[in-house]
Parts: sequence; structure tokens; C-alpha cells
Amino acid sequence: MASPRVTRDPHARVTNLVLLKLLVSARLRSQLAYRGSFLSDVAGQVLLGVTEFVELYAIVHNVSTFGGMTLAQTLVVFGLASVAFALGDLLMGETDSMSETIRSGKLEVLLVRPLPVLLQLATSDFQLRRVGRLLFGAAALVVALLLADIQWDPAKILLATITPLAGAAIFCALFLGAGAMQFWILDGRQFANAFTYGGRYVASMPGAALFFPIQIFFTFVIPATLVAYAPSLVILDLDGPAGIPAWTGWLGLPAAVVLSGLMLLLWRAAIKKYTGAGG
Amino acid sequence: MPIIEVENLSREFQVMESAGRFRRRRKAVHAVRGIDFTVEPGEAVGYIGANGAGKSTTIKMLTGVLVPSSGRVTVCGFNPVPQRKALARKIGVVFGQRSQLWWDLPLQDSYPILGAMHRMSEADWRPRFRELADQMDLGEFLSTPVRQLSLGQRMRGEVAAALLHRPELVILDEPTIGLDMISKEKLRQFLDAERRENGTTLLLTTHDMSDIQRLCQRVLVVDDGVIAYDGPLTGLVEVAGAVRTMVVDLATPVHSAALFSLPDGAVHQSIEADGIRHSVSFDPRRLSAATVLAAISSAAEVADLSLHEPDIEHLVRQLYGSARR
Repeated sequence: MASPRVTRDPHARVTNLVLLKLLVSARLRSQLAYRGSFLSDVAGQVLLGVTEFVELYAIVHNVSTFGGMTLAQTLVVFGLASVAFALGDLLMGETDSMSETIRSGKLEVLLVRPLPVLLQLATSDFQLRRVGRLLFGAAALVVALLLADIQWDPAKILLATITPLAGAAIFCALFLGAGAMQFWILDGRQFANAFTYGGRYVASMPGAALFFPIQIFFTFVIPATLVAYAPSLVILDLDGPAGIPAWTGWLGLPAAVVLSGLMLLLWRAAIKKYTGAGG
Repeated sequence: MPIIEVENLSREFQVMESAGRFRRRRKAVHAVRGIDFTVEPGEAVGYIGANGAGKSTTIKMLTGVLVPSSGRVTVCGFNPVPQRKALARKIGVVFGQRSQLWWDLPLQDSYPILGAMHRMSEADWRPRFRELADQMDLGEFLSTPVRQLSLGQRMRGEVAAALLHRPELVILDEPTIGLDMISKEKLRQFLDAERRENGTTLLLTTHDMSDIQRLCQRVLVVDDGVIAYDGPLTGLVEVAGAVRTMVVDLATPVHSAALFSLPDGAVHQSIEADGIRHSVSFDPRRLSAATVLAAISSAAEVADLSLHEPDIEHLVRQLYGSARR
């Protein structure tokens, strides 16, 4: 039979890891079922990354420095932000279309299974095509780190390692919040996109180019600049603008933890709202 | 101990309705109003009622998708919403209109995932899967992607998916809707055998009277959010005074109903198609279809015939009408 083997030992207990593997592999095989559209999707994602980069390049090329950064330095910010967003989108992108999941009744199917809804959503949209964006972002990041003439020390290496992960967690939390929001605003997809895709846009540009109150907002309210710009300041030994001092470069991980916690609470409230508890 | 216990269960929804050009007013709509019933293990219960009578709302409260506004629900010993995941391991749910299978994968690929979700080892789910695939003839389309299956094939796959973890209670929401006669019959036979052999409790909503006749010993009728009838199907037919209708096409036209000497309890209803098509209604408690047919055949040669059961909507309407009178 062509179906996947759960484990070699047919009596083995089903661990969380086994289940996760099964769910993700089912998702991947589903996507490969439409080979042509899968390949064009991957190409599209890479092209999207290239377009974003060209946009940034056009700006920096004409103004010589963009928010006090050279092209290579800008590319570090862009690379970090791209990797973080691609990871977040890969894991939590499905919450983007939460209103459709609710309207079509698919949420009820998820609710009558003995698994957390969030886990089912995360694995139901493990979009391999988004890997295209991740690969492009990672390539850009490596090139940037080589070009940017960085004085490496252990602290910077540590920061460069945790930053993409903390950034991914921040985007996961933003996607989660965007999904949760759609339980209240059924047509809230566009509104929610303002936080996720808007956050990505802000994250991938030098924060000093932003208007001062916007700097504060996207650093301390929606921590988009903490995804890439603030840590880049530390790695590149630069001083930040007034709203984003360089020490905020170390705030990425704590911000990710706090934001994820808050958004998980919001998500639980959203599921409770759907099942009608206390409402 | 009952497998389902429902006590004074109510659910209301807040609906916004427009009041004036910009203002909107909250209005409470009562979908279910204080219903009580219990279901014992091994029973097969038909839950019927018109659209919007409160069937889906009740099912959502039983499966843990919706919290009751007031009252108490216990299913398999659990309080559905707070213990949703524990309950999900004990029950199987089939939503006629929504798939729980992996749409783009071959049908057979959904079962290992569902088995793992229910923490069944391969040694546990594989034999059960073989048994289900065998009983419902899934064999020939197991390697077809779910999206390419016919509705009948898919529904059989859905039912197998809901039963893989050997649930104590199976809740089916319109399982036969849109199926052809053969698929319907296969599904009914299977569900009936499942209940007899494994003692699985069945609760199903349907618009098809034959589902109830073939599967359920007991019927719950919900109308406007309250239980209008709880008892055996025969009792429902008696209360509502349902009649069956026989439609015959004759080989040669007969223009007068008086030519048939119909027995007591049968009423000639109409003549159509220039005397070819006649319909006769009769009381199934007093007459068999064979007796009615014999009476007609003695007057004219019958070329074709069909029998029509009273439909559920009609029964419910009559039942409710008689309760109000």
C-alpha cells in the first residue's frame, strides 16, 4: 500500500513528533498534487523577494545612504526581515484566511478532532512554496553579512543567530493575532493584513527613515523594527535614531515572548468567542 | 448510564438588525428553548425537524462546538465544550456538507493521519481500517484523490473516517443528502450493522424518511426550538396521521375514478395525462400497498407504479398542527 508508514513497529505509541511528521507530510504531498501550480508558486515567491530587493536598491542607489545605512547594511536589514517573515508565514500563514475557514464551516471540522485547532491550522498550510521566499531571504542575508564589513565578536554572533528566530516568532504572533481578529471582524482580512504585511514592510527598511512617532509605534507597540533593524544596529556598530536606540537590538527575543503570549491569549479568547462562552 | 443527557438546554443568538438608517439593534433569537432528552448506549435516534428548527444548534452543543446559553449537556460523561478534546476521542461526527478528509490526497492517505490524531498505533487502526474499507467497498477508489470521488464514494469515506477510532457515539448531520438510492442503502446497511455488532450509538439528522425507517427505533422531532415528539416512528405516523401515496400509470386511459372499487382507507386523489396517471392515497396502518394495487389492477392494466412516503417536513407540520389545535 502506498500510504505512509506511521512507524516501523506497528505497536509503537503515537508520539507528538510522529503525528506532526504525518500532518506536515500530508500537507506537502497535497501541494505536490498540483505540480505545475506548485512550481509557478515557488517562482512567484522568489520573484516577489527579488522585486522587494530591487525597490530597496533603487532607493539606496539614489540617496547613497538610506536612514544612515549603506547598501550592504540595508541588505542586512532586508535579509533578516525576509528570513523572519518567511518563517512566520510558513508556520502561521493559514490564519490569514481565518474568516474563510470560519465561514465555510471548516473550523467545526477542526473543533471535533482531539487536537488543538492551532496545531491543525499550522500544519494544514505548511506551504512549501513559501520556502522559495525563505531561500531568497537567507541568500540575501548571507551575502549582506559578508559584504557589510562586520567586526564579529561572540555577542554579535549570538545576536545574529537568535534574531531570525525571534523575528519569526514575532511574525508568527502577528499572524496569529491577525487570525484571531477575524473572529470579531468577519471581513477583517484586509485590516489584519495591515499588521502582517505592513509589519513586514516596516521590518525590512532602515527604521531611521521613519517619522519619529512611527518609530516609537513600530518598536514598542508593534515590534516590527525589532525584527531586523534594531539588531542590525548592534551587529553593524551603528547608533540608532531617537525612537529606536541601539540597545533595543537586544529586545527582539523578549518582545517575541511577550507578543506571542499576548496573541495566544487573544487566540484563546477568539476560540471561546466562537464557541460562545461568556458571550 | 445514558450516553447523552440533555437537560433544559437552551441557546440564543444575538443578531444585529437594522433600526433606522445607521443604528443597529441587538435582538436575541432563541434557536433552542429548554429541550430535555436522554439517549441510552446502543440506541439509534433520528433527530428531525424543519430547516431552522434547531437541529444543527443542538448538534453543535452536543459535539462541543457551541456552549449552551443555559441548561446542561453531558455526552459520554463529558461536558462537551470544556472537555472537547477528550470528547472528540469518544465520538465520531459526520457533517454531510463538510469534508474531514484530505482533499488533494488519495482517500487511503487520510486514515493514517486520523489514526495518529486519535493516538492509535498502526496495529490498532490498520485492522479497523481494513474492516471498514471492506464493509463499505472502499477498495476500488482508495487510491483516488478525495476531490475526484463522487459524492456517494466520498460519503462512504467520510463515515469510515468518523468510525476509525471506534467511537461510542456517532453523530451524523444529513449523511444521505444528495446520495443516489444505492449509496444511501449501502450506508444505511453499514450503519445498522455497526450498531448491532459494536453497540455504537447513532444520532442522525435527516430529511429522508427512509433513513429513519431503516435505521432508527426512536425519533425526536424538534420544532421551533422545542421537542415536539419523542417516541417510536410508528407513533409519529399515528399522531400525524401520515398517508402513503401510490401513483399508477395505466396501459389504457380510465376517465372515471368510480371504475376502481377501492377498499376502505384508500382515497382516489387525481387523474392526470388524459386518464393514464392516477394517484391514490391510503392509510398504511389499515391497508397494504398490495391490496391497493390489486384493487386498481382488477379494473385496468397497470403499466408502471411508484410509491411515495409521507415526507418528514409534511409529517412535522401535521404533527405540530395537531398539537396546537
